[in-house]
Amino acid sequence: MAFVRFMLDGQEYLAEEGAQLVAAAKDCGVYIPTLCNYPGVRPKGACRICTVLVNGIPHTACTTKVVEDMSVVTSTPELEAFRKSIVEILFAEGNHLCPICERSGNCELQALAYRYRMTVPQFPYLFPKRDVEAWHPKLIKDHNRCILCKRCIRGIFNEEGQAIFAFGKRGDRLIINIDPETSKDISDELAQQAMDICPVGAILRKGKGFDVPIGRRTYDQQPIGSEVAP
Amino acid sequence: MTRKIVIDPVTRVEGHGKVTIHLDAGGNVAQSRLHIVEFRGFERFVQGRPYWEAPVLVQRLCGICPVSHLLAAAKAMDVVVGAGTGDGLPPTAEKMRRLMHYGQIFQSHSLHFFYLASPDLLLGHESDPATRNVVGVALTHRELAVQAINMRKYGQEVIAATAGKKIHGTGAIPGGVNKCLTEAERDALLHGPAPLNADQMVTWAQGAVDFFKNYYRKNKEFVDGFSQFPSNHLSLVRADGGMDLYHGVLRGVDADGKRILDDVDPQDYLEHFREEVKPWSYMKFPYLRALGPEKGWYRVGPLARLNTAEFIPTPLAQAEFEEFKAVTRGKPNNMCLHTHWARLIEVLHAAESMRELLQDPDILGGELQVKGRRRAEGVGLLEAPRGTLFHHYRVGDDDLIEMANLIVSTTNNNEPMNRAVNCVARALLTGVKEITEGMLNAIEVAIRAYDPCLSCATHAYGQMPLDVTLLDAAGAVVSHRRKPGR
Ligand code: SF4
Ligand code: FES
Repeated sequence: MAFVRFMLDGQEYLAEEGAQLVAAAKDCGVYIPTLCNYPGVRPKGACRICTVLVNGIPHTACTTKVVEDMSVVTSTPELEAFRKSIVEILFAEGNHLCPICERSGNCELQALAYRYRMTVPQFPYLFPKRDVEAWHPKLIKDHNRCILCKRCIRGIFNEEGQAIFAFGKRGDRLIINIDPETSKDISDELAQQAMDICPVGAILRKGKGFDVPIGRRTYDQQPIGSEVAP
Repeated sequence: MTRKIVIDPVTRVEGHGKVTIHLDAGGNVAQSRLHIVEFRGFERFVQGRPYWEAPVLVQRLCGICPVSHLLAAAKAMDVVVGAGTGDGLPPTAEKMRRLMHYGQIFQSHSLHFFYLASPDLLLGHESDPATRNVVGVALTHRELAVQAINMRKYGQEVIAATAGKKIHGTGAIPGGVNKCLTEAERDALLHGPAPLNADQMVTWAQGAVDFFKNYYRKNKEFVDGFSQFPSNHLSLVRADGGMDLYHGVLRGVDADGKRILDDVDPQDYLEHFREEVKPWSYMKFPYLRALGPEKGWYRVGPLARLNTAEFIPTPLAQAEFEEFKAVTRGKPNNMCLHTHWARLIEVLHAAESMRELLQDPDILGGELQVKGRRRAEGVGLLEAPRGTLFHHYRVGDDDLIEMANLIVSTTNNNEPMNRAVNCVARALLTGVKEITEGMLNAIEVAIRAYDPCLSCATHAYGQMPLDVTLLDAAGAVVSHRRKPGR
């Protein structure tokens, strides 16, 4: 295995050549925020929140591989403001009602909103009219909360290796549906994995709600990012 | 000529209410109306949402008694998930919910009595409005104010331990609860350092009842005579007729104590209740179907509960109950301001109940949730601090809520509050050309006795300035008085 030297926020580190920048930074104890990235799932670069400066140029860290002599800056006032804007845009363009959401406290978007101290988004709320898809016996897809990160499409497959989530519609009406064919006989475990892979509360298991009290959930215990850089 | 006096909004009632008093040409009160701007947004809002979200969603109706909505919705959803109609929960779940509920009753009643009602009683409703508030009470009755703060705090600690948070927790879920108490939590509530422990709360609650009785002895004429009128009374009672604020059957009695609703299962409430719409109010007027809208309206809340129950199943509160009943020789009590007395007896009952529950090992562990055969519909009733609260939901096969109907305590008390205002208006405003602050406040005193949570009935909140308008028959403003909001 070849190791390469690279600079991360002014310090020199070693990383495996070709390692994903987000993962390599994590190993070095540097947190790069992500939303559409999910360990073990092919990165997509959809949300842009992981944007860092590579040799002075903005790159999405989830799709960038570490190479020899690369110089990375993960945090500047501009980058932080940019990340906050992304979180604000996502809140403004969906219907995110944290108080009633099963994922509250376990939601990455909410956790990032806290991290960036979002109070009122600088963008106007769009209050889109969206549906709740509830025909599936085990899953609910709440389109109000979907941030189109596509983690579910890229990460959840049935026993035949087919994706159980699929795109529907196009452009600004793009939604992600449950595929009736491929999702027909999914196990409870796969349903749970689907719920877990979603960074927000857009995929829910039927009949499961608030089993864990608010206050005892992941980000109630420690803020997002503190698992990497306390 | 008819003059119209507008009191808008009712100041020390949470939310927004407006009172109009119509005078006839002779200066007599022709009619009084309490207008409540009710927008039942939440019933629409839960439609299409998964059923397990209902309890956490509807509790946002109210910042004062969210626990009541959380529990009423959870009870309705118990039925939906096949956990029985009030008898099916595991002991730990049932007792945790009861503890949560009594914590809520305790803190809400303490808040109401000391913060909202005691200024009128202690300082007099004709006293200077600038100091006739909880700050005024704190200045003149320091010990009482400290007690009140601590009683409310204790109730909130109980809520935090059972619901997960002091406000808008998630403790009650369809079919049970999501937490029980740790030994540390239990010990803190039961034997915590003074004054925040169960024994101290019972002592203070007893003191609060004594305080009222003492006041009553000195002001009997005023307390008895203020806005008294006959009415029906309605509440849940335990199957054996005992007081039960968490679960039971629906019982109604008339002004003489005759049964007009005979221990009905809450699941069947629709067969027995109707709601009337009046053109001048957004808030509906519920009534008993068998008696019709004219005769079928009723009061709910502490006074009603002491009128329907045959006994209170905790010893200290029972002793007070007997004394309370003796005043009316066992007959229903129809005196508006006796509601405060009844409320304090409930505070004592809540304190005793919390202590009992905290001594019960079941709250430390055991099964938390059960589910059975799914049902399409569920009704959850509860005696909220302000009175009977109805939650009714229909849930589709896809787990999404199709229909919700809520009748909140304040809606149940709509007609009685209108009557109370009318009573006071007739007694005080007849023939008067100038409206004094004390007179306006007397009307508020009558409304406040019902502890209306206008914010939950209206789904709006905020303190607004008091606005008084006097109108003649043609609608022209005769006089207008306004004071800034608090
Ligand atoms: S459902 Fe969840 S995982 Fe799938 S795209 Fe939407 S937000 Fe991402
Ligand atoms: S996490 Fe890299 S673009 Fe979304």
